Amino acid sequence: MVLQLLDPPFQAATSPAAAIRRRTGVGARGFAARWGLLIGFVMLWQVSSTRGWVNPAVFPPLDTIAAALWKGLASGALLDDIAISLRRSGIAFGAAVALGIPLGLFMGQIRAVERALDPVLQLFRQTSALALYPVFILLLGLGEASKVFVIFWATLFPILLATIGGVKQVDRKLIEMARTFGASRLTVFRRVVLPASVPAIFVGLRLSATTALLLLIAAEMIGANKGVGFQVMNAQYNFQIPLMFAAIFLLAGLGLAANIVLVLLQRRLCRWADMTR
Amino acid sequence: MGAHQTFPRGAVRIHGLSKSFTLNGAALPVLRDMNLYIRPGESLAVVGPSGCGKTTLLRVLAGLEAPDGGQVRIDGRPVQGVGTERAVIFQEPRLLPWLTVLGNVAFGFEVRGVPKAEAEAQARQNIRLVGLGEFEDAFPAQLSGGMAQRVGIARALAVQPEILLLDEPLGALDAMTRITMQDELARIWREQQVTMILVTHDLEEAIFLADRVLVMPREKGTPPRLIDIDLPRPRDRSEARFVAMRRRLMAEFGLH
Repeated sequence: MVLQLLDPPFQAATSPAAAIRRRTGVGARGFAARWGLLIGFVMLWQVSSTRGWVNPAVFPPLDTIAAALWKGLASGALLDDIAISLRRSGIAFGAAVALGIPLGLFMGQIRAVERALDPVLQLFRQTSALALYPVFILLLGLGEASKVFVIFWATLFPILLATIGGVKQVDRKLIEMARTFGASRLTVFRRVVLPASVPAIFVGLRLSATTALLLLIAAEMIGANKGVGFQVMNAQYNFQIPLMFAAIFLLAGLGLAANIVLVLLQRRLCRWADMTR
Repeated sequence: MGAHQTFPRGAVRIHGLSKSFTLNGAALPVLRDMNLYIRPGESLAVVGPSGCGKTTLLRVLAGLEAPDGGQVRIDGRPVQGVGTERAVIFQEPRLLPWLTVLGNVAFGFEVRGVPKAEAEAQARQNIRLVGLGEFEDAFPAQLSGGMAQRVGIARALAVQPEILLLDEPLGALDAMTRITMQDELARIWREQQVTMILVTHDLEEAIFLADRVLVMPREKGTPPRLIDIDLPRPRDRSEARFVAMRRRLMAEFGLH
């Protein structure tokens, strides 16, 4: 009782002002700790390029790159490339999600299916999608189909394997609990297995999104005449180095944006998983 | 509550029950030709050393394991699998981490197809019953062990079972929380008028809560023994008769 009475006023006396001061202090320092190196790197690039410490023909100043990026976007040339790149990776990623998650949920549930398919999956997963790209070109031609398919192929496995893993690691005790309340197999799946697998599925989705971008660029570099990946290669051939860097930064931006969207979605769906940590 | 509660139900008849497990190719009998009648509204504690089959008995009663031989009848009907007239409280709370306290307590009703609003109304009532009214919107990760176990108890009570099956429900709690929870269980049992079958390794808990204690021996040859606990309720753990009863139970296990 005495302890309970003593505690709150003590906290109240120290908390408001001090806490705010502490928080802002941490905020400023936190900002420096988090972004300081990046800002330093950007500044170093700019200075060393304008001062001629590095060859400006290879590392043009950042303002030149920004100008090239703006010109490309304003004229609509780069927008076309972005659109076609997004379409390729979007279709492939969407197809991988649409196939990978349901198949993974099914395979994780039924042991016999999972055991029969696992060796095949492991083999396919270990076979580099890029190494298979020539095969896909032979089968599907040099057009859109082979590009979309190679990205689909590479993104399918992280999603599939993460989903299977997620389903398999669902706590049996929770399933048993649901059963004692008379839940049917379908209800157990919908109310227990599915929500419990969501965090694991998101790990797969984020991995796949990164892979999708990687494969997109590779596929566009090998045999395309449009797309951001193609622009990187094309700009380099034509020695438009600022444009080349502009396309590279654009790709980095796309990757970051995809990750942010997935992280936000994950936070929304798995608030509970954060609390356990 | 409903008129059906005026006629106490929840009688359990165990007839010739046997169950064995296979361990390294050899059959290991756990329950052997067991017979027992549990009255409606009775509180029965099952005690015994680990490996005596007390949890197996509870799992058979819950319908989670099928017996090798014999039968369990509840209100005359043979038990097959899990049933809506029984609810289980496990040693771990087994809460769904993505649902709030309210969602977890309503869960048992919802999976039976009861509309969400109705299930939640019933859940709110039971959350208050276990004293967690202010924590409806909390997530399991934010609760202490004792609070989480209360949620598990509320979830079991929310489906209005005739028979409450408890598998060492307080075994994972600290000593002080356990005593509080024993008081809670005694109150809930009195108020809800359910048949309670409690597996425990805590003899004091058994004496505190039970009308009868089923003592299961480790040796499979010896039949289980039933001991009546005819102490007035509410029970006092330090009263002479309570202490004498504990000594008698300890003697059953060769402890003095």
